[in-house]
Amino acid sequence: MVAEQNEQQPLVQFSQVQKSYDGETLVVKHLDLDIKRGEFLTLLGPSGSGKTTTLMMLAGFEVPTHGDIRLNGRAITSMPPHKRNIGMVFQNYALFPHMTVAQNVAFPLEVRKLPKEQIAAKVQKALGMVRLEEFGQRRPAQLSGGQQQRVALARALVFEPELVLMDEPLGALDKQLREHMQMEIKHLHDKLGLTVVYVTHDQSEALTMSDRVAVFNDGVIQQIDSPSALYEKPRNSFVANFIGENNNLNGEVVEMDQETCAVRLDDGSLVRAARINVHAVGARTTLSLRPERLYVDAAHEGATNQLSGQVEETIYLGDHIRVVARLSGGEPIMVKVQAGPHLVMPRPGDAIRLAFRTEDCRALNPVAAGKMADAGSTSH
Amino acid sequence: MTIQGGASAPPADRVLSDGDVPLKVRLRRAERVRKMTAFGLVAPLLVFLLLTFVVPIAGMLWRSVGDNELSKVLPRTEAALVTWDGKSLPGEAAFHALADDLAQAHADDTAVIAARRLNYDVSGLHSAVMSLARHHFDPAATPSYRDAVIAVNHHWGEVDAWGAIRHARGPLTDFYLLSALDLHQDASGAIHRVPADRAIYLDVLARTFRISLTVTLFCLVLGFPVAYLLATQPPKIANGLMILVLLPFWTSLLVRTAAWVVVLQDQGIVNDLLLWLGVIDHPLRLIYNAIGVHVAMTHVLLPFMILPLYSTMKSIKPHFMRAATSLGAPPSVAFVRIYLPQCLPGIAAGCLLVFILAIGYYITPALVGGASDQMLSYFIAFFITDSVNWGLASALGAVLLGATLLLYAVYSKLVGGTDIKMG
Ligand SMILES: Nc1ncnc2c1ncn2[C@@H]1O[C@H](COP(=O)(O)OP(=O)(O)O)[C@@H](O)[C@H]1O
Ligand SMILES: [Mg+2]
Repeated sequence: MVAEQNEQQPLVQFSQVQKSYDGETLVVKHLDLDIKRGEFLTLLGPSGSGKTTTLMMLAGFEVPTHGDIRLNGRAITSMPPHKRNIGMVFQNYALFPHMTVAQNVAFPLEVRKLPKEQIAAKVQKALGMVRLEEFGQRRPAQLSGGQQQRVALARALVFEPELVLMDEPLGALDKQLREHMQMEIKHLHDKLGLTVVYVTHDQSEALTMSDRVAVFNDGVIQQIDSPSALYEKPRNSFVANFIGENNNLNGEVVEMDQETCAVRLDDGSLVRAARINVHAVGARTTLSLRPERLYVDAAHEGATNQLSGQVEETIYLGDHIRVVARLSGGEPIMVKVQAGPHLVMPRPGDAIRLAFRTEDCRALNPVAAGKMADAGSTSH
Repeated sequence: MTIQGGASAPPADRVLSDGDVPLKVRLRRAERVRKMTAFGLVAPLLVFLLLTFVVPIAGMLWRSVGDNELSKVLPRTEAALVTWDGKSLPGEAAFHALADDLAQAHADDTAVIAARRLNYDVSGLHSAVMSLARHHFDPAATPSYRDAVIAVNHHWGEVDAWGAIRHARGPLTDFYLLSALDLHQDASGAIHRVPADRAIYLDVLARTFRISLTVTLFCLVLGFPVAYLLATQPPKIANGLMILVLLPFWTSLLVRTAAWVVVLQDQGIVNDLLLWLGVIDHPLRLIYNAIGVHVAMTHVLLPFMILPLYSTMKSIKPHFMRAATSLGAPPSVAFVRIYLPQCLPGIAAGCLLVFILAIGYYITPALVGGASDQMLSYFIAFFITDSVNWGLASALGAVLLGATLLLYAVYSKLVGGTDIKMG
């Protein structure tokens, strides 16, 4: 109803939301987030970063300690969860064990007091949507994990909610089934025009499914962007390390203009980088370099930055070769080289020159050396 | 995964041979050791149960239908009564046989056995038997044993007395079981209800079930919220509460029951409090009546309701309620449609446990109940220790057992048998 009045208005708005469970630490520190109608938004972040808490506040199971949440422009902070009309899919499915599959799916319709014939028709349609028409009379325990999750999906969608929340819904499935279900959920989203808020700690899941991804860490959204922007244009070191593979090089800003800056690395070499998250000359910075944007042929077009090092290890992976090298300053660096018939494999011990473009080298906030390993490991 | 072996590799699916013993046999051998070990571990318990549970119950059931005392004492009388029609007094032979049997019994000191047994059936027969046993008949001076015997004690002139003798001939009898159900078989073999002034056991049985049912309901009503609290509070609080629930187990049943006497008596805390508050102006009778029995039994049996409920509720994960709410169910609907059905196994187990314990309760009603609040167990104890009528005690026990089993069968049919969860 409100939807027709203003298509541009976000479906959900978090403004200045904070949440603490114990009155001491803020689990969600500061949340300003608009969720657009019809989008597939993923909350991505390491475990404990506040994703579930955010989702629970939206569903109404937790109350924000500060700020407010609006749904269709209406503040819902004091609206009980059963009145919010938000579909929800849980990681452990939460199918009612004492009911059959059909009864489970009928439940939201029954509590809405729909007429019986209408319920039966809708249940059948919803089960058809997840291709489980024949399983209506089974108990949840008689289904496989993937089937149970599809039932949970049908149950969350059968009452046609505008907004569907999913908290790591595929976490308990094996890899192959997970990828299959990702596509299935994505297709349902497109077909039904749903707005989906999806929580995961799996970056590849987030990148493949989402229109936008909000990267959470420490109760704060680090960056919210399209998957490609997150990968290509990380705004800070956490995002650069959390999404995809990344090389970190520490240094100090020696000169800067609007777009770029010159950074003296700790080994003394000077490189020119895109100025993303540095504010002053003399400040410490960490450069982010994607392994596939480093070239081993020094004359690569446009690659004006050069670093030298020594090959430590090479791994042949068919489509590409992974070269682990050590720069003259001692930092490790990883390079992905396009494999091909003409390529000469570098050998351990070989001297190597690495070239890269200014725009592929992003000067971000400094990361302590110890933290770098942590940040890097979360991306796997 | 199959690996294509070279020519020298043995086929993967051929079982490695161990002499010529087939795989099945070897499997059974391997299993046998395991089974023997398992059996060895439970064997002590099995023996214990057999000796302390199965044998006594079988013995009890046997005593409730077995009846071989009288035929040992009065063998000739029983033989003489085989052809008796049971309508009029038996013939001279029976009187003569009785006199002879009792004379023998007097010499063997066994007359009292017959006296006691026959007195169960027809009161007054105790003295009839004993006086006859002590009487000496001179065969020469006794033209009619019939008249002589009746002259010794008038009971022998009544058909019922002879009916009692024949009825008790054994080796099996329905006498005790019929008595336990307030039924009686007369000399002609017809079964009818005993006169109202002598009927007690059906009343007692009904009372036993009524009290047990009420106590079970009280336990459920009081125990459900406690179990819910236990299952949903954080561990720190829940553990404290759990100790309170288990505390009664650490005190003797007798002490707890006696405590209720102190609390509920006329000068007890409850009456004092009510008097002080001005709710009443003279003490209420709270003990030695039905109120006392219900209060004390509910208290004693409450943990048996709470524990199965708690363990069931503990296994119901909170996300079910969340899911129900997110699907649009208000909390009350979510509770009734999602939570309660999942509690059913615990409710079933708790109710069954409390009910079965309650119908066998003895000490608590004996101490805090009045004469009209005694349950079946009281009478069983009475017949075992006071009147030494083991047959009737056993029959009452058998009725109790039968009723319990019947109830359990109905119950498990309703709840679905295997769903009952004890822990
Ligand atoms: N119900 C709760 N009570 C207390 N602390 C909680 C509760 N739920 C979550 N937390 C804490 O809040 C933090 C964030 O949790 P959560 O939102 O579940 O993170 P995520 O879903 O990103 O893994 C964690 O440190 C967690 O321990
Ligand atoms: Mg979570």
